[in-house]
Amino acid sequence: MMPIKHLLLVSCALFSLGIFGILTRRHAIAILLSIELILNAASLNFVIFSRLMSHPHAQAFALFIIALAACEAAVGLAIVIGLYRTAKTVFADQINLLKG
Amino acid sequence: MLPDSPVLMHVGLWAMTVLVLASAVFVVWLRNLFRAALSLGLVLVGVAGLFVLLEAEFLAFVQILVYVGAILTLVVFAIMLTAKVHGPTARLLPRQQLPAAVCAVALFILLALVTWSWPWPSATQAAVALPALGRELITTLVLPFEVISLVFVAAMVGAIAVAFSEAKPRSSSDQSAMP
Repeated sequence: MMPIKHLLLVSCALFSLGIFGILTRRHAIAILLSIELILNAASLNFVIFSRLMSHPHAQAFALFIIALAACEAAVGLAIVIGLYRTAKTVFADQINLLKG
Repeated sequence: MLPDSPVLMHVGLWAMTVLVLASAVFVVWLRNLFRAALSLGLVLVGVAGLFVLLEAEFLAFVQILVYVGAILTLVVFAIMLTAKVHGPTARLLPRQQLPAAVCAVALFILLALVTWSWPWPSATQAAVALPALGRELITTLVLPFEVISLVFVAAMVGAIAVAFSEAKPRSSSDQSAMP
């Protein structure tokens, strides 16, 4: 017997903390860390429901979420490094030019 | 593989919950970005522990391998390449903290009310076996699997292209601006 509601509340709290981080953080890498929190909440939800329904598709989609998170981290960090090189800042509210 | 006694299971569940939530608070709260990244590592380990308790051992393994092993290393490298961890700009205050906290708490209360009031059935069936997951990945879900592989290759090539393409456009624009 699993306390499903308890785990769903953990996932909700993780998601809300990620939203809070995205709204308050100014550093671009810190915003990426908050996005990782949100993706973890989503994959935790998928695994909870795969346990509840006993269905392998949910676990497969949690696997896809992990792969997409790796893509997102690689591209996001490459953008941050390129941004640091051209704009000399990594703060999301100081980047206001589309031109390099 | 799992502890049979429910007491041990509940202790593990509460320990992982406390670990995940406390570290997540540190991730969004700590000013020092390096420490925030290390707290994210603790969150990822805690979520992997919850996966083990939910009898998804393979996903816990992938989580440790990919998230803690690869993504966190990447994040730490990026922090070291860009951030001045001890500089004056690292002390910038976060913005709009109060409205953001109100929004996040309201969202949490909404989600918690919805999930709490729903009559979830208890998990009485057997957990997903790893052979079933592997069989699904090469039969029903083979197209999403291939698409993910393609997306992964495209993202890696794009990341390398974005991160290492400074020399040419910079020098040409410098030359055009020089005379």
